[in-house]
Amino acid sequence: MNAGLIFDIKKFAINDGPGIRMTVFFKGCNLQCKWCHNPESMSPKVQKMYNAKKCIGAVKCVEICPNDALEMTKEGIVTNYDVCNLCGKCAEVCPTKAFEMLGQDISINDLMKKIDNEAIFFDQSGGGVTFSGGEPLMHSEYLIKILKECGKRMYHRVVDTTAFSKLETVLELAKHTELFLIDLKVMDSKIHKKFTGVSNEKILSNIVELAKTKCELIFRIPLIQAVNTSKENIKETAKFINSLEGNRSVVNLLPYHNIAVNKHSKLGNLTDVIAFETPNEVEINNIISIFNNFGITATVGG
Amino acid sequence: MYFTDCIRCSGCIEVGAFGKEAYILTGYLNVPKIIEITLNNGINPLTGKQVSIKTGDPRDFGSYGELYNAFKKQLNYIVNQKVLVSNYIDRMFAKYSPATFLSVVIEDCITKGKDYYNGGPRYNTNYIQCTGLGTVTDSLSTLKKHIFEDKTFSMEALLNAISKNFEGEEILRQTIINNTPFYGNDDDYADNIALQVYNDLFDAIDGKPNTKGEMFHLNMLSTTCHVYFGKIMGATPNGRLAHKSISDGTSPSHGCDTNGPSAVIKSLTKIDQVKSGGTLLNQRFLPSLLKRDEDMIKLGQLVRSYFALGGHHIQFNIVDTATLLAAQKNPEDFKDLLVRMAGYSDYFNDMNADLQQEVIDRTENESF
Repeated sequence: MNAGLIFDIKKFAINDGPGIRMTVFFKGCNLQCKWCHNPESMSPKVQKMYNAKKCIGAVKCVEICPNDALEMTKEGIVTNYDVCNLCGKCAEVCPTKAFEMLGQDISINDLMKKIDNEAIFFDQSGGGVTFSGGEPLMHSEYLIKILKECGKRMYHRVVDTTAFSKLETVLELAKHTELFLIDLKVMDSKIHKKFTGVSNEKILSNIVELAKTKCELIFRIPLIQAVNTSKENIKETAKFINSLEGNRSVVNLLPYHNIAVNKHSKLGNLTDVIAFETPNEVEINNIISIFNNFGITATVGG
Repeated sequence: MYFTDCIRCSGCIEVGAFGKEAYILTGYLNVPKIIEITLNNGINPLTGKQVSIKTGDPRDFGSYGELYNAFKKQLNYIVNQKVLVSNYIDRMFAKYSPATFLSVVIEDCITKGKDYYNGGPRYNTNYIQCTGLGTVTDSLSTLKKHIFEDKTFSMEALLNAISKNFEGEEILRQTIINNTPFYGNDDDYADNIALQVYNDLFDAIDGKPNTKGEMFHLNMLSTTCHVYFGKIMGATPNGRLAHKSISDGTSPSHGCDTNGPSAVIKSLTKIDQVKSGGTLLNQRFLPSLLKRDEDMIKLGQLVRSYFALGGHHIQFNIVDTATLLAAQKNPEDFKDLLVRMAGYSDYFNDMNADLQQEVIDRTENESF
């Protein structure tokens, strides 16, 4: 595979690993977490996003649409997805970019050009490239090629993943990665399955094996009230991390925020959207102290 | 280099030979105004007066090359006029307003028996400070792409929209703003235009004789002139509305750098900054970006990257829009709010409403 479906490339990323980085977001995920902050990353297909706030009613999109899929209403443009074939003409002609096509096949060469362009910032800061998503492991063949290219140039490589993949894939990636940012959602497999669509046995066993490699691991835990913020779950998480080989004692806590709810509506996805609760500061501090009691450093953000 | 023994940072962004140099900033040059004059065949549309040479009706230009040549002719004419007048002013200073005390402390004035303004100091340089590289680049980029390449709209349609200050032409204006390569995004299309304008400014200015046997050089400092220069201009092809501030120094136009500060830095270092007496880059960040110690370190690394690539000057305002708006509303509560203007800082409350608005309009980076 020589092209990967990418929905965003963020320059000057400072929260996805050491130094100044470039973060590449792959499209498509094999988990479907109901709280996902980036719902535009979930589907492995090209999607269209519409931002009614930007729309000034030029209706150039309605005029150009070859399938008559668009209609101007009081609430702005409405797409009839039964006839829309995502050709992207509406996004091309929109004067305000109210329509945006998400997901672009980018060749390895083109992506490496973009990455090389930022090399000065990696050099000055000890930074590099972070591959995130979506789930980058869904594009493992492409990803490994890109990681090898980055390795040749001595860029620091980070993969941000749920580790839900074949063990062989995970271990092959580990040969070409310096740091894994690993999502740990919830330890109870049933709850995991309820909210993410998959159970977590494979994820946990992959992490156990990954910990045996030389790669650095940092765990990222989204904090979602009434899903994974209970004392029991935090303790189980801490115990699991402590049971791993090597010194695996850094956790980033990412408190839930509800910006995704708005993104869902921009994607035309109005069903099945749940707004979760964010834990308050006291609860977050309690969680931090539980981790500290287990000898684990936990910080908010990262 | 002839002043290696005493190079210092001068008041704002310039480098000077302290104690040995008359470093005369003779005046600012409104570069976007030259586009306006080019598009009006030498007439200032705000007064209706012929203020420069005739370079042809822009509706007759068949290519971007023709348009750019007209712009370059106007540029050379206007720079020559500026040098003529600056030299006249310098002679007046030398004759009618000598700086006797300053001449005592600047080297060689006593030995030569000549005043500070009359060639007394060891070095005697003049600078013309050019303002609005972002506005002029984005305007040329708009003309090049939409009129001559993609033919999105005609010159007539654009000139008409500009003369109406884009009233009733919001679709055209949004098309420009959202679908044109703008300076400050590490996009070669726009950055090559900036490079050409910068080099042509250098060629027009550098080496022109001053009144003291030495010469003029290019500088890219704007101080607060970008606000005033904007006031005396109509709308520009990049979608900027009439009387709004033009871009400052070598910074991108307000809100047009949408790919983060690393892209801004890459764009700005495509020009050879050493050729000028100084460049100026404004960046505004939200305070939330610099909460942790490691964030401060990364900001430092950003600055080092800029200098490693040949950057000369960068400055930051770490303040969010809400705070600035609150300070406008309740100045009493924000007496200590300092903002960085252009190589110097000022109390937000001491600035006039136009300058305040200019700071508010600067691109707010919510993430690096």
